[in-house]
Amino acid sequence: MPEYTLIEAVNAAMDYEMSVDDNVIVLGEDVGANGGVFRATDHLQQKYGEMRVLDTPLAESLISGMAVGLSVQGLKPIAEIQFMGFIYAAFDQFLCHAARMRNRTRGRLSCPMVLRAPYGGGIHAPEHHSESTEAIFAHVPGIRVVIPSSPARAYGLLLAAIRDPDPVVFLEPKRIYRAQSEQVENDGVALPLDVCFTLRQGHDLTLISWGAMLTETLAAAAQLSQLGIEAEVIDLACIKPIDKSTILDSVEKTGRCVIVCEAAKSGSVAAEISAIIAEEGLTSLMAPVIRVSGHDTVMPLFKLEQQYMPSVEQVIAAANKVMEY
Amino acid sequence: MTTIAEFSVQYTQILDSQSQLTISEQQLKDKGINAASLLDFYQHMLLSRTFDTKAVALQRTGRLGTYPSCAGHEAISTAIGITMRREDVFIPYYRDVATLLIRGTKMEEILLYWGGDERGMDYSVNREDFPLNVPIASQCLHSVGVAYAFKLRQQARVAVVVCGDGATSEGDFYEAINAAGVWQLPIVFVVINNQWAISVPREKQSHCETLAQKAIAGGISGEQVDGNDCIASQVLLAKAIASARAGQGPQVIEAITYRLSDHTTADDASRYRADTELAEGWDKEPLKRLANFLIAKQYASETQLQALQNLCSHEVENSVQRYLDTPAQADSAMFEFMYKEMPEQLQQQLSQISHKPKQS
Repeated sequence: MPEYTLIEAVNAAMDYEMSVDDNVIVLGEDVGANGGVFRATDHLQQKYGEMRVLDTPLAESLISGMAVGLSVQGLKPIAEIQFMGFIYAAFDQFLCHAARMRNRTRGRLSCPMVLRAPYGGGIHAPEHHSESTEAIFAHVPGIRVVIPSSPARAYGLLLAAIRDPDPVVFLEPKRIYRAQSEQVENDGVALPLDVCFTLRQGHDLTLISWGAMLTETLAAAAQLSQLGIEAEVIDLACIKPIDKSTILDSVEKTGRCVIVCEAAKSGSVAAEISAIIAEEGLTSLMAPVIRVSGHDTVMPLFKLEQQYMPSVEQVIAAANKVMEY
Repeated sequence: MTTIAEFSVQYTQILDSQSQLTISEQQLKDKGINAASLLDFYQHMLLSRTFDTKAVALQRTGRLGTYPSCAGHEAISTAIGITMRREDVFIPYYRDVATLLIRGTKMEEILLYWGGDERGMDYSVNREDFPLNVPIASQCLHSVGVAYAFKLRQQARVAVVVCGDGATSEGDFYEAINAAGVWQLPIVFVVINNQWAISVPREKQSHCETLAQKAIAGGISGEQVDGNDCIASQVLLAKAIASARAGQGPQVIEAITYRLSDHTTADDASRYRADTELAEGWDKEPLKRLANFLIAKQYASETQLQALQNLCSHEVENSVQRYLDTPAQADSAMFEFMYKEMPEQLQQQLSQISHKPKQS
């Protein structure tokens, strides 16, 4: 069984699907000979040719809008946006067309496309390379927003995203692109979308996170365990639509919930989860839901990056607070 | 200093605003244009104009939502429709009634859409054509994807995409012609320059002498045509589509025409546009121009043209009736096409909707 890092798993999933489905094509900036700036598309052009793995002109709206045209014609484009900081020019096409095409033609046309982008901070990158603005996408009806947090989930969820008949934004936590390797069967088996993954069972409190922040969340859970507090850890994985059942079942069991994310606090996905629990799980709660998140500030340049990012200690402090409430 | 590249932009007019030919009748016949084809062309334009007039009347009487009139665009829009093949893909903006009707879109479908019902964009005939496109110039990028798919599959098909003069100021327009040039895609970009983008006149959109020359920046050819001239419009379109189909790359055609209406029924152009200019627009408009030519050349009689008008009016009235008779969608319709399979969250919201009285 091969051992992959998260970025290698992304590459393997695209490679697998391109090998079994001629309709799958990859487009973006530097995805060809260079194999992508993070090497997500390494060797794909050599293997599948320049027509199926194409370097586009440097224009993000083009990448997204072209993918709309390609997918309406029945192809399955995987469009790479080099960094999430440059995705906003592509957002217009995604929001105004990809997300609405099926609805506005009553199912006649649709956009089975994937928009991939690395996101998040923690790698000392330049300005515009570190934000976590997934909530902007999560607000859009008609799409899915998927975030893997391990090599195996990157492989299985990306396969599912490519095969999904509707548009998917696939955000890759670049801080953990190469953080760990794990054995992943390269067998083309997809993981389900629209569901959370429970990474750790526990009955004292529920910790919910996604993407790179699961590193801190799991580390906090391990330390809490040593203090005799057993946290259930949920990887949200699909931030649109949200799997409410898994969250509500867990909160019903634990009565306490801390949500951990890198994004700015206001209007975040953490806020949405809090609202779901308030609307449908209030009577289970024994303490207020707490968000451990980034601040409502611009993501600072890297000298202050660690001051912005939630830490293991912050997660533990929040957990203790809800335990002591 | 050396000149390393030089460019020129051609303008074509064959039937001028006085209904006079700029070429000989023999040359016209050599282009395959004759009395029958011109009469057919006239009928397409007349149906579009008749529909359009009726649509505005329906809006004024509360039976249609906001509607953008196509009056003045009939020649270029008909030229696009008759020169495309069935298997080509049409990517409209929102003043393309003549083209859509020729492609097979039903009048009641267009009315349904402007009447506030998504089913209008579920074209029953031209299933691969795109729905009307409201965000300006964004459709140009869709044509790049569509044409790339044709090229990848080695199909001899062409994407024809339409936008207005204002759209050429958008980044998406440039991104599209640039990429189409890079990959030499089978796309014809038709810029319908009707001189106005709501209240902003053509000269305030760009300092360019022509909009066709914007093609040059994408490394593709751009030409201007008198878009009120049904003959030049079809000749140029046929040439551009054939060239794209033959793998000779994309092209921009700027069709010079005039918006004979307000921007939409929600607009009042008298706030920003001189009456004299509008009157001049009516002097050059395409239907009268062709009708005068048909009669002068005895290709058709006044009686024949009146008979065509009656036919078109009858067809429009029947379509309007079908539109008005269409029952409203169920409330659940807004949920049903969001995804192929409705996610649990949406199912839950659907089960909780409160049913309110329907808007007419």
